[in-house]
Amino acid sequence: MGLTVTTLWWLGHNAVASLERHGLSLGFGFLKQPANFAIGDTAWLSFSPENTVGRAILVGFLNTALISALGCVLAIALGFFVGVLRLSPNPAVGGLARAGVEVMRNTPLLLLLLLLAASLHGLPPAERALHPAPGVFLSDRGLILPEIRVSGLTVWLGAATLATVLLRRALGRLGWRVAAMAAVASVASLVVRPPVVGVARLDGFNFAGGTTLSPEFAALLAALVLHQSAHISEVVRGAIVAVPRGQRDAARALGLSRFQVLRLVTVPLALRAMVPLLATNCVSLIKNSSLAVAVGFPDVVSVLNTVGNQTGHNLETMLMMMVLYLSLSFAVAGALNRYNTALLARGAPAR
Amino acid sequence: MARVAAPLAACVTAVVLGAVGACRGDAAAKAAPGAGVGSTLRAVRARGAVKCGITQGSGFATPDDAGRWRGFDVDFCRALAVALFNDADKVQFIPYTQQQRFSGLESGEVDLLVNGTSLTSSRALHQPLHFGPVYFYDGQGFLVPRSSRATRASMLDGATICVQQGTTTELNLTDFARRNRITLKPVVMEDLRAVVSALAGGRCDAISQDGAGLATTRTMLRDPEAFRILPDRISKEPIVPVVRAGDDQWLEVVNWVFRAPVQAEEYGIDQHNVAQFLESADPSIRRFLGVEPGATDGLGLDPKWVYDVIAKCGNYRDIFERNLGAATPLRIDRGLNKLWTDGGLLYSPPFR
Repeated sequence: MGLTVTTLWWLGHNAVASLERHGLSLGFGFLKQPANFAIGDTAWLSFSPENTVGRAILVGFLNTALISALGCVLAIALGFFVGVLRLSPNPAVGGLARAGVEVMRNTPLLLLLLLLAASLHGLPPAERALHPAPGVFLSDRGLILPEIRVSGLTVWLGAATLATVLLRRALGRLGWRVAAMAAVASVASLVVRPPVVGVARLDGFNFAGGTTLSPEFAALLAALVLHQSAHISEVVRGAIVAVPRGQRDAARALGLSRFQVLRLVTVPLALRAMVPLLATNCVSLIKNSSLAVAVGFPDVVSVLNTVGNQTGHNLETMLMMMVLYLSLSFAVAGALNRYNTALLARGAPAR
Repeated sequence: MARVAAPLAACVTAVVLGAVGACRGDAAAKAAPGAGVGSTLRAVRARGAVKCGITQGSGFATPDDAGRWRGFDVDFCRALAVALFNDADKVQFIPYTQQQRFSGLESGEVDLLVNGTSLTSSRALHQPLHFGPVYFYDGQGFLVPRSSRATRASMLDGATICVQQGTTTELNLTDFARRNRITLKPVVMEDLRAVVSALAGGRCDAISQDGAGLATTRTMLRDPEAFRILPDRISKEPIVPVVRAGDDQWLEVVNWVFRAPVQAEEYGIDQHNVAQFLESADPSIRRFLGVEPGATDGLGLDPKWVYDVIAKCGNYRDIFERNLGAATPLRIDRGLNKLWTDGGLLYSPPFR
């Protein structure tokens, strides 16, 4: 431990000394400067070039967080499904699932990503967009949906509802009542300040109004989910196989159907074996999301690269990249580890 | 988890603590440059080759069938190798993306960059770099499909513009949009090939790059004739060689080697007739070619280095026409890159 600290101190000191030699100084003052560049895809926060560099990085980080959160949930869901399919007694289903998993697992993620991005470019141009429902357009500009703008009041009340539900233990007996009140208030706010629906229409080069799911976002999400779910399906399959045969036989002997055995006996037992590995897979999905720059999705790495190049603060942006990814990975790993602890406690024999 | 966390936290702390140290040492650090004068030239001589950072792009730097680097930027690197070693092959080419280039130079991996870097005040002031003379005048423009509704850059309102990351392109594009009160949606990609395929696939309405870059990019498309470069230039891009700050001698070597082909063109000296000029009676030409000593004595180069450079690499016109001119697929017009005597901007300070 001491050795590690010393080594890292030496490395840090070395970096600083060489920066001094080149007449460079470290500092985070550049975060307050105007960004002067635009970001194409913004998830929650609006962004314009007059905003600060700090806000640009935040927008990039939210993009990374969004794609990671969606990616993790979808990859686990798909991985679970495919993992169970692989154990199907039907050889065609099992074989097909296996073939799919092997192809996904043994293809470089970048290749898959570029392939998906290129195939999304094959969608019709904006003027000839597919138009399956009012306000819905599918073209090479992405999937455009009607936009529902909820008032700020509703957002705050909704957040309050969520917070009280999460803190209900701390609030004691009052907990549920406060939560219910907050929920009623947020529904009421929808009536007082009704949400506005914006429908997109083609205006010159692009669609105006509405909300856009960009092809870059879709390609990145699909690639991450397909790739990671292949890994997860192996985890799921392994965990299920690891459940002692006797447990399943006993459940069958009780007259449970095949699906009931899976739902009531095999999966709950297998969960204990797979949760830590699911956490690992989620963390690796988060890290893989940094491939975004290859297809042009403005994730935190892409934005920080631009910032580093515009301002010359490369070491600081690198440091921020490390800290942001670390915190995101720790948050996910921590949450799933807590879930795992709770899961193990549930199954522990009563003392 | 905790076991992983501790050293990583320590690392972060180390860097942060180090940062505090750097702030304190700031004033002293500013006085330090100058210590490295002569070090680059010594290192290059000891190594026996120049290390030149380039960025791949047809016409500027591409390997040919035999794996030999060719192009406009490459020829200037070779001119430097000739000036130092009288051998156009004593140069190692290290290809960078636009995004890695400055780190590569700052870390000492290369001796200079000849890769289409444009000189701006913030680059000159905020990064520990020095810039040589402008060897190519360029400006940012747009490449659009011929079928596009936009015939001028200002008609691109609402358009999606694909750009390559790590250049001033993003900044110029944003400034242009704000100046003209139009919205442009940037899609920023790391690899130029991804940008090209996005334009070909219709994902972008236009791509934006320096003019020379657009000419190069156009040849990468399957049907170059289906695309056109809009006439507007939305920025000034003076392309310069880049060296590390703090080694003035090396900067001077780069300065004068880059100026020699321009001065040669002005004198009418080219690759084929340079030998005849050795007998010239004009004293300024005799000094220029090193027949009479004195013009570039302090550089630490062979007195005949200019002669060698012109004989092996040619003058500016030779280099331009060989790589970018009408006989090449790029067909770039000399434009601003004509001599000042022909209405362009190229002007070499006198060799005397």
